[in-house]
This record gives sequence, C-alpha cells and structure tokens, in this order.
Amino acid sequence: MTGAPARTGPRVLRVYTLALIAWLVLPIAVMVLFGFNDTRSRQNFRWEGFTLKWYTHLFDKADLTTAVLNSLTIALFSTAISTVLGTLAGLALGRYRFRGRGAATLLLLMAIACPELVMGASLLSMFVTFGLPRGYPTVLAAHVMFSVAFVAVTVRARAAGLDPSVDEAARDLGAGPWTRFRLVTLPMLRPGVAAGALLAFVLSIDDVVITGFTGGATVTFPLWIYGSTRTGTPPQVNVMGTLIFMVGIVIAVVLARRAARRR
Amino acid sequence: MTVTRHSEVRADAAPDGSAPPAIELVGVRKTYRARGADVTAVRGLDLAIAQGEFFSLLGPSGCGKTTTMRLVAGFEAPTAGAIRLQGRDVTGVPADRRDVNMVFQSYALFPHMNVFENVAFGPRRRGAARREIADRVGAMLELVDLTGRERRRPAELSGGQQQRVALARALVNRPRALLLDEPLGALDLKLRQAMQVELKRIQREVGVTFVHVTHDQGEALTMSDRIAVMNEGRIEQLGTPREVYEHPATRFTAGFIGTSNLLSGEVAEVTADRAVLRYGPAGRISVPLRSGLTVAAGERLELTVRPEKIGIGPDAPDGDALCRVRGTVTEVVYQGTSTSYSVATATGADVVAFLQNATSADEIAVRGDAVWLSWDPRHSYAIGAAT
Repeated sequence: MTGAPARTGPRVLRVYTLALIAWLVLPIAVMVLFGFNDTRSRQNFRWEGFTLKWYTHLFDKADLTTAVLNSLTIALFSTAISTVLGTLAGLALGRYRFRGRGAATLLLLMAIACPELVMGASLLSMFVTFGLPRGYPTVLAAHVMFSVAFVAVTVRARAAGLDPSVDEAARDLGAGPWTRFRLVTLPMLRPGVAAGALLAFVLSIDDVVITGFTGGATVTFPLWIYGSTRTGTPPQVNVMGTLIFMVGIVIAVVLARRAARRR
Repeated sequence: MTVTRHSEVRADAAPDGSAPPAIELVGVRKTYRARGADVTAVRGLDLAIAQGEFFSLLGPSGCGKTTTMRLVAGFEAPTAGAIRLQGRDVTGVPADRRDVNMVFQSYALFPHMNVFENVAFGPRRRGAARREIADRVGAMLELVDLTGRERRRPAELSGGQQQRVALARALVNRPRALLLDEPLGALDLKLRQAMQVELKRIQREVGVTFVHVTHDQGEALTMSDRIAVMNEGRIEQLGTPREVYEHPATRFTAGFIGTSNLLSGEVAEVTADRAVLRYGPAGRISVPLRSGLTVAAGERLELTVRPEKIGIGPDAPDGDALCRVRGTVTEVVYQGTSTSYSVATATGADVVAFLQNATSADEIAVRGDAVWLSWDPRHSYAIGAAT
C-alpha cells in the first residue's frame, strides 16, 4: 500500500516524458521521412514508397536552390554583424554604468517584445518612405536589427556576472585596454556570445514575416515554402529542411560536448 | 609618540644616500562623488613604507584602507597629494604601467587560462622571452609550492591553491611592492593560519615590500612589521604590532585591537612621571604619563588596561605598588587556554580579566564573588582626558 504511490509516480513520469519527446520529435520525423517518399503527385502527403531520388535531384528546382542560398548567406552575414554589434552593446550595458543605460536596455527589450507583424510593417513603410528598393540588403538590415537585441541581452547577462576585479588584475599585470578585451574579457564572455550568435542564426534562417515585408523580389527558403503550399510542396523542401536540421544538431552537440568538458 | 619617531627616522634616511621608502604617500586625499554628495574616503594621509617591510593597513570596513591601496596600485587617482615609489613620483602613472602588483580579495584569476598561463600573463605583457618566462614561472610556482599543477584550471584548485596562484602571478613581475587586499578573507580558519605563516615565509624569501590590507587585527598582529590602524580615512596609530597592542594611542585603537578595558577616574595626585587616580571608594590606579600628556589633580583621565595583565583575588593586594580595583564577578567564561572574568566595579564600568588556565584547578572566583583586581602600573596606559 505504502509502496504503491512511490512506484506509480516514476511510471507516470516516464510515460509523460516519452509522450513529450514524441510530441516534439514527431513533426520532425515526418519531415525527414517524407524526404524519402517516392511521390508522383504534386502533393507529398501520402507515403508511396522509399526513394533517395530527392537527395540526388536536390538542386533540380533552381529557384528553390537560390532561396536556400539566400537564407544561408543572409543568416551568416546577419549573425556575424549582429554578434559583433550585440557583444559590444551587451558588454557596455553589463559592465558599465552610464547615462542612457536604462533607455538603451529598454530599447533592446522593445525590439524583442515587438510583434513581428508590427516590426515588418513599420520597416516596410520606413523603406518606402526613404525610397529604398526592397531586396537582399533590406532583408539583411532587418535581420541584423532584430538579432542585435537578442545577442546584446545574452551577452549583457554574462557580462554583469563577471567579477570586475579580473579586468583590474589584467590591468595591474600590464595589459592595455585592447589586450584586456582580447585576452581576458572576450574569452570570459564567450559562452554568452556563442548563445547569442546561435539565437541570431536561428532567428534569421526561419524568419518569414519580416522577410516577407522587406524582401521585395528576394525570396528566402521559408518564403519559398510558404509560397509553394498553394501549388504543392516538392520533397526537395523536406530534404533541405532535413539537412539544415542535421547541421543544427551537429553544432548543438559539439557545443554541448565542449561546454561539458570545460566543466 | 612612536608615530613621529618612525617617520623621522625614515625621512632622515633618504638624504644621506640610503634607500628611499618603497612607498611614500604625501598628503594624499581622495574624495568620491556618490549620489550627488562628496564622500571623502581618505583624508590627508602621510605614510612612508620601508623597503622590504611587511606593512598592514588595519581598520574596519569603510575606514579608507582599501581606497588607500587602490591609490597605490593606480586604480584610483588621488584628489590631492602625491604617491612615490622608491622616491619616484608615480601619481599620474596608470595601473598598467606602475611597478606594483596586487593580490585581489577574490583572487581574480583568469578562469579560462591554466595556472601557467595565469602566472605568465604579466611577463608576457612585458615582452619577456619564452625561455625566461618558463624559468620565472617555474621558479614562482616552486616558491608557492604548486609545481606540477601548471596545466590545471583555477576552478580545479582549492581556495588555498588559488590564493597561491594569485600570489605567484603578482610576484613573478618582481614588483617594487606587493599589495594584498584581504588576501586570506575567503579561507577557513585553519588554512588562514597556515597561509599567514606561508605569506611571511614567502615575503622573507623574495624580500619584496608587502602592503597588506585587513580588518582582522589578529592577522595584522601576527604578520606585520608595522601596522597603520585606520579609521574614517585617517591613520589613528602607526607602529609595530607590540607598540600598537601594548600602547594604544587612542580609544579607537584600544577598542579595535584586542580587548581593552577603558577606565576613567579623577586624578588624585601627579608626580613627575605618573598620575594616581581614585577609583571608587577603595580603588587606586597609578598610570605612567607619556610625554605630551599633562594632567592636573582633580581632572578626569582615561586609560586602558589589557585583560591579560590583570590579576584577580579575594584579598586586597599588599602595598601600594599595584593598581587595585574592587568589584563583583558578573560572568565567568571558560575558554580553553584561559578563563575570562567580567567584574562590575564601583564606578559601574565592567572590567574583563583573562587568566591563563595554567593548572586544571577550579575557577579562582565564581559569579557573585567580591574580588580585587590588580595589575602592575606599567600596564596602565593613559589615553587622555576623559570626556
């Protein structure tokens, strides 16, 4: 009698955990699986047999390939730019007290809290007002704009937790400002910078709303999929999605491993 | 007073060619602006620390000792006054170009570097050759007994080991002076005592001037050649541990260092070198008058006596040679090596006496006993007119 709740508890917990994992993994599993579907129709919803032909004919749809390349290069550039800018902003906000610090923090949080639709629409009207042609550069600028806030916030949290006397120790040992940043501050901020960069990349590569407003004729991977749903999504989309997902998994595992070893 | 005697000796020493003080502060003042108000952390400090000295700045938190050290390190600039290192004015020289190094309270080791890289950080900044760096770091790690731990990260070391890495990282630069900010504050008692001895040994071996900031009077007494007792941005007293302990110059010093009994009474008679106070109906306290202190009969005088100098007994001491005070025991606390007696005296003040437990015999007195306290007049130390 007394043992019963103790045994039921873990069992319920196990079932719940498995259900939760299934809930998260199932859609991805379906995406991966239908990349191997030997479908003949324009739709890819019914299983018709196993094939690898979508992997060998991955680049058959030229506009899809262009969209994926656009997505990848925009994500890489916007990650690089926003990581540099966001790290500097985060360090300043986390370490120093200065006039306008509260206002700057508020601005960053507003950029995060702002609904994408609102931001996309306002960016579009701004670009139109200034007479800027929409395209690749405007998409990149928009992505940098919303990513910077995320990087800055993660780096700020890390910088605020650093012992200020470590920087003083480096100064005491003869290191100038640039040396201190390069050899002491930046390595200590690295986990925050890495987390921010990862966030920036992920946010950029699957953004639909803001890209849709600011892209003009430039089409990215998510936009192409969104457009294709009316006519039928080709299995190449599943394959591209699978590959991007795999790369993400590999990066996440490598980072987790390295973090574990450092501890 | 001892204070002036010391500084005179140091000041005289420089002109005839002998070494100037390792560190010299002349009229140093530091005022911060905090929340719209000026806060003075250090008010006019004059201080000369000799080459090779183990010097402690001792005081409660907020007394200005840490600010003083940060001024010497170059992290803060003085509002007024000058700082000299071995006779050279360094007042405007920033911390990264000043030949002093610091051991931080939190150790402030570089967490992403191993022990070797931490210690090599300073020499590398000064562009030393690879071989020389390896040799110097090796020698330093040997000095602090960490040979073989070069590849460890700080997080893999114990608190005591981290402390020693911090020490090696500072000393490897051969600084003109080493500044230690509450270096033992984060260690537990046993380790702290071991490190006190260790720090002294290291200081003897390298011969570098150590300036040690602490609020722990026991630590300052144990390790220092000289102590500056600080309070509210000023030096209250400066002297050897023995001078500061045996002859506290001010009420603050008497209260801050060790346990002191503060007594005051009316001066009954004054001779050439001493005053005799009446204390209660039967009490009599004789106190030597140091130079510069003048009292007249009828005035009130304040003095201190250390608890361990006081004897306790049921009968009045023989003759007039000893100071004597009558009272009632209010508290007896057994403390292992000694027993502490609190005695309420005729004037209301509680006097504490420590008696060594040399034998395992019972207490000399118990709560409620009427007793006589007595001590040699040499151990009475006059502080000044009672307020």
